[in-house]
Parts: sequence; C-alpha cells; structure tokens
Amino acid sequence: MNAPLRELTYAQAIQEALATAMEADKRVFIMGEDIGVYGGAFQVTGDLVHRFGEDRVMDTPISELGAAGIAVGAALAGSRPILEFQFSDFATLAMEQIVNQAAKMRFMLGGKVSVPLVMRLPSGSGTGAAAQHSQSLEAWLAHVPGLKVVQPSTPHDAKGLLLAAIDDPDPVMVFEHKLLYKMKGEVPEDAYRVPIGKAAVRREGRHATIVATSIMVHRALEAAEVLAGEGIEVEVIDLRTLRPLDTATIIESVKKTTRLACVYEGVKTLGIGAEISALIAESEAFDYLDAPILRLGGVDSPIPYNPVLEKAAVPQTPGIIEQVRNLVKGRI
Amino acid sequence: MPIEVILPKVDMDMATGKIAKWHVKDGDAVRKGALLFEIETDKAAMEIDAPGDGIIRNITAAEGAIIPVGQTVALIYQDGESAAAPAAPEPLPPVKPITPAPRPDAVPTAVLPAASASGRFPATPLARRLAKQGGLALESIAGSGPRGRISAADVHGALARPAAPQHAEPGSYQVTPLDGMRRTIAQRLTLSKQTVPHFYLTVNCDLTRLSEIRERLNAHAPRDERKLPVWKLSINDFIIKAMASALRQVPDANVTWADEAIHKYHSCDVGVAVAVEGGLFTPVVRAAESKSLPQISMEMKDLAARARARKLLPSEYQGGTTTISNLGMFGIEQFTAIINPPQATILAVGAGLERFVPVKGQSVLRTQMTCALSCDHRAVDGALGAQLLAAFKTFIEEPALMLA
Amino acid sequence: MAKPVAAAKSEAASNQRPFYKQFTPEQLKEALRRMCLIRRFEEGAEEAYMRGLIHGTMHLSIGQEASAVGATMALRKTDYITSTHRGHGHCIGKGADPKLMFAEFFGKEEGYCRGRGGSMHIADVESGNLGANGIVAGGIPIAVGAALAIKQQKRDDVALCFFGDGATNEGAFHEALNMASIWKLPVVFVCENNKYGMSVSTERSMAVANVADRASAYNMPGVIADGNRIEDVAEAVTTAIARAREGQGPTLVECKTYRTRGHSRSDRNRYRTKEEIEEWKLRDPIGHFETELVANGIATADEIAAISAAADAEIAAGIDFARNGTDPSPNDVTRGVYTPGNPS
Repeated sequence: MNAPLRELTYAQAIQEALATAMEADKRVFIMGEDIGVYGGAFQVTGDLVHRFGEDRVMDTPISELGAAGIAVGAALAGSRPILEFQFSDFATLAMEQIVNQAAKMRFMLGGKVSVPLVMRLPSGSGTGAAAQHSQSLEAWLAHVPGLKVVQPSTPHDAKGLLLAAIDDPDPVMVFEHKLLYKMKGEVPEDAYRVPIGKAAVRREGRHATIVATSIMVHRALEAAEVLAGEGIEVEVIDLRTLRPLDTATIIESVKKTTRLACVYEGVKTLGIGAEISALIAESEAFDYLDAPILRLGGVDSPIPYNPVLEKAAVPQTPGIIEQVRNLVKGRI
Repeated sequence: MPIEVILPKVDMDMATGKIAKWHVKDGDAVRKGALLFEIETDKAAMEIDAPGDGIIRNITAAEGAIIPVGQTVALIYQDGESAAAPAAPEPLPPVKPITPAPRPDAVPTAVLPAASASGRFPATPLARRLAKQGGLALESIAGSGPRGRISAADVHGALARPAAPQHAEPGSYQVTPLDGMRRTIAQRLTLSKQTVPHFYLTVNCDLTRLSEIRERLNAHAPRDERKLPVWKLSINDFIIKAMASALRQVPDANVTWADEAIHKYHSCDVGVAVAVEGGLFTPVVRAAESKSLPQISMEMKDLAARARARKLLPSEYQGGTTTISNLGMFGIEQFTAIINPPQATILAVGAGLERFVPVKGQSVLRTQMTCALSCDHRAVDGALGAQLLAAFKTFIEEPALMLA
Repeated sequence: MAKPVAAAKSEAASNQRPFYKQFTPEQLKEALRRMCLIRRFEEGAEEAYMRGLIHGTMHLSIGQEASAVGATMALRKTDYITSTHRGHGHCIGKGADPKLMFAEFFGKEEGYCRGRGGSMHIADVESGNLGANGIVAGGIPIAVGAALAIKQQKRDDVALCFFGDGATNEGAFHEALNMASIWKLPVVFVCENNKYGMSVSTERSMAVANVADRASAYNMPGVIADGNRIEDVAEAVTTAIARAREGQGPTLVECKTYRTRGHSRSDRNRYRTKEEIEEWKLRDPIGHFETELVANGIATADEIAAISAAADAEIAAGIDFARNGTDPSPNDVTRGVYTPGNPS
C-alpha cells in the first residue's frame, strides 16, 4: 500500500492514462493532429505511437470537423475513440459534430445508442499564443445537454478523470490547461479513477468559499494562503467537472461559509460563475448568504498577445486576494 | 451606476405620492434639471427635475399609481452604461459606499434626503433570517455594509445589545414611524459613533475683530434697485471661510478615510449642517477657500433655503472633508458633534457670548465663541487636529488673514 | 443531367442485366415491396400531416425510392448506414418496420426513437441504421468513423452513407472522403442528387457538373447511376460494396434522381417548373421496376398488384398502430440524454 511517492507532470499523467486505457481495452484508440511521431503539440502523446502503432495512435489530416465526426461514428460502431484537438480553439471547427451529433445522438435515437468518445482540449491563456489559441471555451460545451465536461487541475486528476472519461458511455470533453502540462504532482501508478461529477474541497475554511476551475484552483489556493495570514479562512473548491455539476458540495460549503466567490478563466459574462451564482440563489444556501456573490472571470475581450494585457484579461492571484478580502470584510 | 430617480417627498407629512404626469418616456435623453414628472399631492402639484444627464430607462411608476416616498421610479443611464439592468428590485437609501472614493464629489455624506419609506431594508439573506429568528425588526438594526446593507454581524451586534428599555404601556405614547431620512440618520450616525474613533479639541475664539469687520462689510454691501443690500454676511459665513482657510493651511487634515487609504483633497469643501423639519441636511460649499465671503454667503443662503425645501441634488450634499454644525442661535455654549463618515472632522460651534477675559492683567469684556473639533483618529492625529483648530482660531480672530 | 449508364439498354430477357441475376426473385420482389412501402409510407405521412395528426415538418423522398432500395438491397444486417433528413426510404430499405416508423412520426413511446426524434431522425438502430441526420453532411464523417471501427475490429462489414447533392458542398463531405480514402476504409458514399439543395440547383451551387467528378480529388472511383432505375443503382452500389469489403477502400456513387414533392412541407416550388416535375413523374421508379419485373419474367401483374395492396394494408395498419400509441410522459423529458447508471 505505502508505495513510494511518485511525481509526474500533468502531461505525463495524461499520457499514462492513455497508455493504461489502450493496454486494458483493444477498442481504445487515439486520434488527432500530429500526435504520432511528433508526439503531440504539447508532447502529451509522446512516444505512444511506438508502443501502440499507427493504427491506434492515428495522425489525422488537419480536418477537425471530419475527425470529430469519425470519432462519433467509430464510437457508435463499438470503438472507443479519444480525439485530441491541438488547441481547444480548433474545436470550434468541429462544433457541428460535437454539438449536433455527439451530444444528441443518444437522445435523438430514443436512448438506443451510446457515444462513448473522449475529446481532449488543451485550453487557456498565458502562453502568449494570442486570441485564437488561448480561449477557455469549456462553458460553451458545458451548455450542451448530452456532453460531459471535466477540467482537471492536477496531474492526479488529469489521469484519474481521463480514465473515468474513457470508461464513460457518453461523450466527455476533457479541458486541459496548457500552463499545467509541466506542473508536477503525485500520481499513483494504479489505474485509479477520479469520478466525474465530483468536486474536491482543496482547502477548508469558514469565511468564504471560492469555487474555482482548472488553473484558477491554484491561484485561489495561493490567495487563500495569503488571506489566511490576515485571519481570513477561505474554503477552496476545485470544481473538476462542469457537467454534471456537483451542486451538493458547493451548496454545503456556502451554507458553512456564507460567502461565495467564483473564479474561472472563461469569459465572466454568461459564464460558469453565473451558473454557480444562480445555483446558490436558487438553493437553500440562499438563506445563508451574508454578502453578494463575487464572480472573477475573464474580461469581455479576446485574449491579447501583449503579456501585460494577457495577464489582465483573466483573474490573477493579487486580484483574487483583494476581491475576496473585500468580500469577507463586507465591502462589496 | 445609473442615477436613481425616486419619488421624492415634497410635502411634510407625505408617505406616498402620485405621479400626475410624465414629461419624458423610456429612452428619452434628459439633461440635468429637465422636467421629468409632476407629483400631485393634496395641496399642490410639484415638478420634479432630472438629477443628472443621460437616458431615462426603467420607468416603473405609472401615471396615477400611488407610490411610497423614496421608491425608485426610473433610472438615468450615462453614456456607455448598460441599460439592460432592470430597475433596482427594492429601493435603497441612496447612500454611496464608504469605500474607494476617488473624487471629492463622489464622497458620500452622512445625511441624505428622503430615502426608502417602503419598509424594505437592504440586508443579506442570512441577516434577514437571523433577525427573524432573533425577533429583531430590520429597521432597528444599523447596517454597516455598502448602501447600509445589514449583514449577519450587524444582527449579532444588535442582538448582543440590551433590549430597548420598556416604555410605559401602549397607548401612553405616540408612535411615529421612521421615515427614510430618520432611518438614514440613525444608521449613519450609529455607524460613525460605533466605528469611528473620535477625539475632541476645544478652543475659544475672540469675535471682536470679526464683528467689526462684519459690520463694516455689511455696511458697504451693494444695493439692489429696491435699495436693499444684495448680501448680508453672517458669522457663520466667516466660520465657513475660516474653516476652509484652515484646511488649506493644514492640508494633511483635508482628508477622508477610505479603509485602505486616506484620500487627501486639493479643494477645501465644507459641509454645513442645516436643520430641516424632521432631520437635517449638510449641503457643501465647494472650494470655500477660494471664494469671497459674499459668494459664500449667497451660496449658503440658497443652499439652506433649498435644503429646507428638500430640493437639494445629491451632488450638493455629497462630498466634503469636514462639516460645520452651529447651534449658537440656540444659545448653546458648547457641544461636540458626531463625524459624518468618511469625513475626518466636524466642527461644533457654540454661541458668541460676552465673557470677562484677562488681557494684560486686566479683566476685559470680550465676545467669545467656543468651538469643538471632533476628529477621526484614524485619519487625523491629535497634533494635526490641534494645528487645524489653531489655524481656524487665528482666521476667526484675525479675519484679515483670510485675504492673504 | 448526365446520361444514365443503362437508360438505353434493352429490357429483353435475353439481354438481361446482371441485376436480375445478382438477386433472387424473392429479393427482387422484396425490393419492390419496400419501394411500395416507402411510397405509401410517405403518402400516408403527408396525409396525416395535412389532417393535423402530427406536428413539425417532413422531407419526402417520393420519386427517389429506387436509390434508397437499390443502395440498401446488397447490404447485410451487420452493415451500417447513415441517413439524412430525407431518410424514410433509407430506413425502410435497411429493413425497418413502417409501423414503428409511424409510431415515431406520431411522437409515441413505441416509435423507433421513443418519440424523441420525429421524422428527421427516424432510425432502426437494430437494423444497422446509425441515424437519420438533420444536419446536411452530418452523417458523412460518422459513416467514415463507423467504417474505421469496422476496420479496427477486423470485420468485413461496410458502412454506407446516404447524402444529397447539397451535402457535397459542405466541408464535412470533403474532409470525410479524404480520410476514408487515405485510410482505405470500407465505406460507400451514395449521393442522391435530386438536383436541388432545397431551392438552389446543382448548376448554381456546384463548380463541377457531377458529384461523381469530385471523387477524383480523393482518389476513389466516382460512378454515376440513374437514380430512378433500381437496377442501375443496385449494380453500382453492389460493385462498390464488394470493393469496400475487399479492403480496396471507398467509392462515390452518384444517383441522379428527383424529388417530386417540395423540399419540405413549406416549399412552394418557386424555383422549378411544373413541366420539370411532370417530366420526372413520367420516370417513376416504381412503375419502371414493375414493368421490368414483368418483362424479366420475375413477377406477374397479379403478384405486383398483390404486393401493392399488401403495402397499402401494412401502411394503414401502421397508422392505426401509431395513432393508438403511448404518448411519452413529461416526467421523462430528459430521458435518453445520458446513459443511465453513470454520473449525469
């Protein structure tokens, strides 16, 4: 049991999950642009092509829409495709297949089929890749019934959530954060699963709850650490899954802390924070609120290239500290 | 934030009003001062003007409907503001937040005109629930949050205080429901007295020279066509000018407290408490250090008259770093006043009284006025407050220095 | 219109086309039965619609029965098809029961999609139909994906993909054909070119004269068939299926045909002439096939009349069945969105 602590990067953890799934199940294969000998734009697939061959680690032409449709068809016909989009932004080219086909196929056919596919979407800003390679579109897809959307924030969850996604009989969109690929963390060697639809309480507190996603979990934890030095104890919830949403964990936390801040990288307007806020406003936690709900999300702008502007476009730790402090001190 | 257009109280005993006629419609551009609507009371019709420039939206009160005083009836959006936001779900007392106040004219004052009389109070859901469980009425609790919002801590505080003493049996007293102004005064001054660390400085000012100069100046006042003087300087006008001059001389005291910062102002804006039926207003004389005494006098006369008629615009009673409260006309010798947050000081002015004072070993009869300066120790320390008050005393006793 | 390959061929038994030998007389009569069922199904659907018995809209394929049946008659049950918004014929061709299709049409629990799909999504999954698609070209990559799965699983099945001329102007068509070709997948692309993408003619919307011409860009055979002649369609598709099963990759078959009804119920036929419609009605695929069956000595006129009457009766019974079906409960509105037993 007491296996020595092993650290992997987030990218390595994903690769390990892919290898684990392909070893365990012949139906599983991965496809995407430059995932073969190139190893993937972010070196996530690495040398998997050498271990599993070109039939199971398939380079596709630059045809996102077609590739997504092929994944849908293969899933319908008994295979277990995992499609890597080189950047989540490119999934916009495949929206038809994701939204009209993958998400709706089971429902339209009266529940008589399943579409067990996984799409991996490297997302987020901070790499200087500008407006068309930096978006956080997870809320778009989370808005579509029929899809499941997860956002791992740690190497541990990157592996566990991906394995759970591959097991799942319905289409699962895995939004990975590009800035996290090199992050190291403890990753058990066994084929463990992190359940879809379960948030994680990363830090307990009693003065405010931060519900955060992906890289914002780490910024929220940094903020919580600083605020703890001021006597403000912040509970940090890592949402992990956007759909289905773990409403119970959020509601219970807000009932305890009486204050809620939502921190996410996607555009604030009409985004995840709006959903979480409305969830609380509609729930029994409403009567426990002792302050307005705070949303910290991306600004209403494409992600800029200039590094100062790029940082200003999405929540950063100092801003989280300041705003959550104001929240707890009754200034907003 | 859009500017709220409320149904103002235009009559003393008015709790509700009726809009007789709208002169604008949703989407119209309005200029500050333009006629918006007419209110009908049982005595007269009143015309209500726009409190600011912008586009009028969210007209929620129909002609003929009976509306509680203080309720928002429309919003005025400035350029670039989204008009998509619905009208505020409940009328809030138009108190601006205490926190960041980048410009003097955005600084809130303690006392405000007719606010909500609809019986609704901003409170967090938790505070509402706690108050209900504790058997406390929300109106009995002073809200410490932005716009007077009551939080759980406020309710806990209220619950921890001993219950109000029981008065004689019902029927032996008359119950006056609180109006918005009374409630605002209660909330704001409770907040001040509970959270602002006050200290007090007192000084006697000799009015001999000031009285002489005042008489001479008044004697030389220009006359209008009816041969009446165009202005008549009061002692209070000199006090306003002296306080502004003192602030200019001691600029570190020309400040407001903003929690995370102290804001120091370039202009010396002096509020003056004006008693009105049922409460008080504090209209602000802006940049009083740069105005002549007749200017201040005429401006103050206009502000006081409009305060009593409750026709001040929010911009006319918001801001300032200090307030002058003068109760001399009631013969009060001296008193101390409660600071209007976020201002840092308030000057309590007593009556000018003749006193024997020692002058070179002789007992001489002089007219003196006792002034007490209340300071917020967070923003103004003892020595700084003393410098300010000393400067004030100098300007009162040597008014000619105000010309320098 | 390009010249149909077999239009001028003799119908004499001595000069019999391979079609009549490739299939048994039973299979050929079954093909006629299915064509009749398609025709009657759509006429019945149209009538039910006009009587206000069903809501929504529908896209009728009356006039295109030969391509639907001719393309599916060489398929096995384990082969897949993907279909289109004009898919009633494909569904019946692949073996669906019109009674359960009507139940779907009427929005009933007994329907193929439990009333959740309606006309545009009717599909009998059990018979290998991966769904009728409301998105033009939506099914093309899906068919290629199914063919990829077949290849991965080392089966000798094929995926046959129906789509219209309009779909060939979508990017999905080109991406899917390219990948099917580079990976040599067992897929048959069957384009039912009925001359109009809703109202815009192929002349106005396509840079090439024939859909089949587009095959050369993807290094696969492009074959033109007379879509109103079942023997023409079936021969072309049979060859393509055989090729696919042998691992030689995809074929694009273009069936030149015509829908005699409008695009959907709201079509007022402003973009084509009455004369054109009447001209095509004279080339009725069912009438042609009946004549051929008699001429080839496969069926008698009486047998054909019996097939037709049986189809009438089956459709009437199907409508009755559907009308008496069970309406879904509003409590079940989200049923089928996710697979039960998993987090959702």
